[in-house]
Amino acid sequence: YNGTCLAKKGEGARAVPLAGHVGFDSMPDQLVNKSVNHGFCFNILCVGETGLGKSTLMDTLFNTKFEGEPTQHNQPGVQLKSNTYELQESNVRLKLTVVNTVGFGDQINKEDSYKSIVEFIDTQFEAYLQEELKIKRTLHSYHDTRIHACLYFIAPTGHSLKSLDLVTMKKLDSKVNIIPIIAKSDAISKSELTKFKIKITSELVSNGVQIYQFPTDDETVAEINSTMNGHLPFAVVGSTEEVKIGNKMVKARQYPWGTVQVENENHCDFVKLREMLIRVNMEDLREQTHTRHYELYRRCKLEEMGFKDTDPDCKPFSLQETYEAKRNEFMGDLQKKEEEMRQMFVQRVKEKEAELKEAEKELHEKFDRLKKLHQDEKKKLEDKKKSLDDELNGFKQKKTAAELLQSQAQQAGGSTTLKRDKERKK
Amino acid sequence: MHDNALGEDEITAGRGRNGEIQNLEGYVGFANLPNQVYRKSVKRGFEFTLMVVGESGLGKSTLINSLFLTDLYSKDYPGPSLRIKKTVQVEQSKVLVKEGGVQLTLTIVDTPGFGDAVDNSNCWQPVINYIDSKCEDFLNAESRVNRRLMPDNRVHCCLYFIAPSGHGLKPLDIEFMKRLHDKVNVIPLIAKADTLTPEECQLFKKQIMKEIQEHKIQIYEFPDTEDDEDSKLIRKIKERMPLAVVGSNVVIEVNGKKVRGRQYPWGVAEVENGEHCDFTVLRNMLIRTHMQDLKDVTNNVHYENYRSRKLAAVTCNGGVDTSKTKNQMTRSPLAQMEEERREHVMKMKKMETEMEQVFEMKVKEKKQKLKDSEAELERRHEQMKKNLEAQYKELEEKKRHHDEEKSNWEAQQRILEQQKLDASKTMEKNKKKGKIF
Repeated sequence: YNGTCLAKKGEGARAVPLAGHVGFDSMPDQLVNKSVNHGFCFNILCVGETGLGKSTLMDTLFNTKFEGEPTQHNQPGVQLKSNTYELQESNVRLKLTVVNTVGFGDQINKEDSYKSIVEFIDTQFEAYLQEELKIKRTLHSYHDTRIHACLYFIAPTGHSLKSLDLVTMKKLDSKVNIIPIIAKSDAISKSELTKFKIKITSELVSNGVQIYQFPTDDETVAEINSTMNGHLPFAVVGSTEEVKIGNKMVKARQYPWGTVQVENENHCDFVKLREMLIRVNMEDLREQTHTRHYELYRRCKLEEMGFKDTDPDCKPFSLQETYEAKRNEFMGDLQKKEEEMRQMFVQRVKEKEAELKEAEKELHEKFDRLKKLHQDEKKKLEDKKKSLDDELNGFKQKKTAAELLQSQAQQAGGSTTLKRDKERKK
Repeated sequence: MHDNALGEDEITAGRGRNGEIQNLEGYVGFANLPNQVYRKSVKRGFEFTLMVVGESGLGKSTLINSLFLTDLYSKDYPGPSLRIKKTVQVEQSKVLVKEGGVQLTLTIVDTPGFGDAVDNSNCWQPVINYIDSKCEDFLNAESRVNRRLMPDNRVHCCLYFIAPSGHGLKPLDIEFMKRLHDKVNVIPLIAKADTLTPEECQLFKKQIMKEIQEHKIQIYEFPDTEDDEDSKLIRKIKERMPLAVVGSNVVIEVNGKKVRGRQYPWGVAEVENGEHCDFTVLRNMLIRTHMQDLKDVTNNVHYENYRSRKLAAVTCNGGVDTSKTKNQMTRSPLAQMEEERREHVMKMKKMETEMEQVFEMKVKEKKQKLKDSEAELERRHEQMKKNLEAQYKELEEKKRHHDEEKSNWEAQQRILEQQKLDASKTMEKNKKKGKIF
C-alpha cells in the first residue's frame, strides 16, 4: 500500500512518498515494548484531613490492601509517609508510591501545614535535578520519586471549601497536578452534591487555583476528557468490603437504608476517577510533571544559582562557558576570602607589635628612672663619705695637735706654769 | 507482586483503547499504560538519523533507497558518490515519511569524498567532528535554563560499507571503525554482495569478524532478551554478521512474482531473498525491530560518554588526579564546586588556626623576653641597691667607730685635762702654802 506525504515546511524536511511498506510503523510498538520491559512508576500524594478515607480510597483504587494503621488525631505537625508497592496487571509492572499526609488539619494552628508538603515535593524535584546534573549519571535506571498526581481530599461538608484547603491548594498548584475529590461523598445527597461541586469550582476559579485539566489535544481521548473535566471535583466513596447484590459480590458500603455501590456510576464518581487517573491519563500526568512542574522548579533553581542562557550581549552561552564562568567566579570568591583573612592577621600582628613596643618603652623608662634614683643615692652617699672623711681628717689633726702639745708639755717637764699659761692662753 | 487475573464477571466495566467494553473483574486499569504511551508517541512523531559511510561506488544510495522504498537520492538529490568533492564533507538530508499513521523524520547523513582521495589520512575526522557537534548541540540544549522540546539530531546509527574484495578489511576500514565505535553505533555491511558466491561470502564474513575482534572494535550489539523466540532470532542475526547486502529499486518479474532485484544474463539477484543476501535481515533489524534500541543506546551510552567527558574537562580544569576524579564523577559540577568550597573553607580554618598559634607563640616569646629583661634589670638594680646599702652600712660603721674613738679620746682628753687641772690646783695650793718657791 502507499504511504502518504506530509508537508512540514520550516523544518527543512521534504516529504517523500513511499513505494511500499517500509516497516517503521512499528516504532510505537518498539517504544511500548521497551517501556513495558523497563516497568512503569507512578507516585500519588494524598492530601487531606485525618479520617477522610484516604487509605481506603487507595486500597479501593488499586484493588489491594496497602499497609498501615489508621492514624490518630494527635500528630504534632504534618508528616509525609510514603510507601512503595510493586503491582502487576497482565504484563504491565507498576512501581506505585503512595504518599500520605499524616496529621494534616489536626493542629490548632494550621498556618504551616502546607510547608511540609511543599518541602516534600521540592525534595523529590531536587533529587532528580541532582541526578540530572551529575557528571556520570544513570537517568535510565533512576527511580523517579517525583509526585505525578496529588489527590486533594475535600471534607464532605456540603457548603464550601475550607480556608485551609484554599491556602494549601494555592501553594501546591504550581508544583504538582492537583485533582480535587470530595471524600466520603455518601454523606451528601445528590442535589446537595451538585450545589457543592459548583461552589467548589467557583471558589477555585475565584482564588486562581490551577487544578489539573484532563488533556483535550489528542482526538482519541479529547471527548471523554473534556466531559470528565466537567464532573470535577469527583465525589468518591471507597470501600474494600464486598456485599452481595443479586448474585454478585460488589464493593460497597452497607447502610440500614441501602447499599452504596462503589463502582456504580449513579452512586458516586469512583469509576470516573479510576478512568481518568489510571486508565486514560496516567501517562499524561507523568508527562506534565516532567515537562511543566519539574521544568519550573529546575528553571527557578538554576536562576537562583546564577545561571543564565545568554550573556549581557544576548549571545547564547555554551554549557562549557557557563560552567567556566561559574568556576572562575567561585575561585575568585575563595581567593578573596583567603586574602581577607591574611590581611586581618597582618593587622593584628601590627597592632600587637605596637603594643609590645609600647610596653618595652615603658620598661626602659622605668629603669631609667630607677637608674637616676640610684645615681642620686650614690651621690648622697659620696657626699656623706666626704663629710665623714673631712670630719675624720679634722679629728685626726686635732688629735695629732693635742698629742704634740702633750708631748711638748711632758718635754718641758717643770714649766707647767708656762704650760698652764699657755693653756690658759689657749 | 499482586497478580490480578482477568475474571469473568460483568459488573465492573472498563473501557479499552478503542472504547469497547471489556469484561473484567478487579481490573485496576494501569495495564492500559502501554496504550497511553503508544498514543502519545504517535502524536509526537519519531525521528531517526542514519549515517552512511563508504567509498564511492559501493551502492550506498541504492541501498538507502531500497531500505526506505523511496527516492531519497534521485536526480534532483544525487547520492554522495555523484557529488564529487575534493575533501571529505559531511552532509545531511532530511525527509519526512509517514506510514500507518506513524510519522518519521528521517535524516540521512552521508560523507561524499570519504576514502576516495589518494591520501586518506584523517578522512574520518570530519565524521567525528559531525557526530560530536550534534552531541554538543544536544548537551547545550539539555543544559539550558529555559528548555524547550529538544530535537534529537544525534547520529543514531552508522552504516559502514565494506568493499566486497573477499579478502579482509582494508586498513582504512579498521582505522575508521576503531575511531568511531565508541562514539556511535557502527553496523558494518558488505556492499554489492552479489559479486560474492555464498562460500566466498562466508569466508569473507568470518575473516572480517576475526579482524574486528582482533582490533577490539565494538560494533553494535543486539540487546539480550528474556524472550526465547527473540533470543533465537538474535542469535541467527549475529551469526550472519556482518550483513552482506544488495540494493535495488528496480522491479523485475520472477516466476510470476514481482520482486526487486538486479537483472543479470545469468539470473536475477533478488534483494529480498534471504538466500541471495542479508538485505531483509538488515531492514528488519534496522527499521522494524531495533530502531528504538539504536536510539536508546545512542542516548544512554554514546551520548552519556560524550557528556561526562565534556563535563569532567570543565570541572577538573585539566588536572587529572585519578583518585579524586573517580569521586567527582558521581557529582554534578555544581556539587563538585560546593565540595571544593567546603574543602577550601576547612583548609582556611586550619591555616587560620595555625597562624593563630604561631602568632600566640611569638607574642608569648616576646612577652617572656620583656619579662626576663625586666627581671634582669630589677635584679641588677637590687644588687646596686644592696651594694649602696652595704656601703652605707660600712660608712655608718666607720662613723660610729670614729665617733666612739672620738668620744673616747675626748673623754681621755677630759681626764687629762682634769688631771692637769687637779695637778695645777695642787700646785697652786702648794704655792700658796709656799712649799715650792
